[in-house]
Amino acid sequence: MRQYLRRIIQALSALLLNGYWYFPISRTIYQGQLKSICCPGLNCHSCPAAITACPLGAIQNFMAEVRVSLEAARYHFGFYVLGWLGIIGGLVGRMPCGWVCPFGLIQDLLFKIPGRKIRIPYIFSYGPYIFLVLTIFILPIWVVDAFGYGFLWFCKFICPAGTLEAGLPLLILQPTLRTMVGHLFYIKVAILFFFVAWSVLASRPFCRTVCPLGAFYSFFNRVSLFRLRYHPEKCTHCELCYRDCPVDIKFYESPNDSRCIRCLVCMRQSCAFGAISWEMGGTSELFVQGRGKGATMK
Amino acid sequence: MRKGPFIVICAFLLLCLIGTVSGEVRYVLEKAVSICLDCIGIG
Repeated sequence: MRQYLRRIIQALSALLLNGYWYFPISRTIYQGQLKSICCPGLNCHSCPAAITACPLGAIQNFMAEVRVSLEAARYHFGFYVLGWLGIIGGLVGRMPCGWVCPFGLIQDLLFKIPGRKIRIPYIFSYGPYIFLVLTIFILPIWVVDAFGYGFLWFCKFICPAGTLEAGLPLLILQPTLRTMVGHLFYIKVAILFFFVAWSVLASRPFCRTVCPLGAFYSFFNRVSLFRLRYHPEKCTHCELCYRDCPVDIKFYESPNDSRCIRCLVCMRQSCAFGAISWEMGGTSELFVQGRGKGATMK
Repeated sequence: MRKGPFIVICAFLLLCLIGTVSGEVRYVLEKAVSICLDCIGIG
C-alpha cells in the first residue's frame, strides 16, 4: 500500500514540478516567477514544462560566476540555494530522493522492467561525493575562460536528466537548435542511454553513483528532524529489508545510512516484526502509539 | 526532543535569508528563465 502511495506522490510531484503544460503551443520554456524557487529534486530548469529552477544548475551558475561577481562587488555565493537545500535536508534528509525527484521516479519505473538484476558495488557510493565536490564547486570556480566565467561542468558534460528532460524536447520544439548539435550532444545522449540501460538492470544507478544532489542531502540523514529508528530486540536478521531496499542497505547494520533515500519500503513493506519505526525530532511513531521501548539510532 | 536538527535547520535558514537579502533569488530566476545550452548539450 505504501509503495502505491509513494508512486502516486512521485508522479504528482513530477507533474507539478513540470506543470507548464502550455509549452507545446508556446514552444519555449516557462519564464514565470516560480522559477526563483529551487526544485527539491533533480529536474532541469530548461525542461520546457519545468516551473522551478534546478538546484544543481543554480549552484553551478553561482560558482561559475563567483570571480566576476566579486570583481563587480556582488557577493553571490549561492547561499540562497545551499540554505534552501539545507533546510530540506535538516527536515527530512534524503527523503526528496525517494518521494519527489522526477529522475528518481524514471529510474524506479525502468527498474520495474522484468529481467536479470544486478547489485551495484559499494565502492561506487563514493562517486556522488566526488561529483559534488569536483563538478559543482571546484571545477566551475577553478577553470574559467578569458573573461573569468567558469563552466557548468555537471550540466554540460554529465547530467542525463538535462538531456532527457530538456535537450531532446527542445530540439523537437525549436528546429533552430538542431543546427547547433555537435559531438557533445551525442556524448550526452550516450550517457543518457547508458543510465537508462543500467536502470533496467540495477536500482537507481544514477542516484547511487553520480547524483551530487543526493550526496548533499546525504550529509543530513543522521541529523535530520525525521529519522528512522531500529529496534534490535525485534529484529530477526531475516534480511528482507536488505532484499527490498532500492539502494541495498542492511538497515540493522546502519540505520539512517547516508545512502538511504527514505522510501520507507523497509518499514512499511519488508519488516513484519516491527523492528523499524520513524521518529520526528525525538518523538517516535511507537511512542505516539504507546509501545516505544528499546529503539536505537546511529 | 533532539536539538541538533533545529540548530541545523536554523543555520541553513539563516544562510538562505542571507542569500535572499543579497539578491540571489533574482539571480536564480534570471538564469532559470533562459534556455541553458550547457544543460541540453549544445553549449
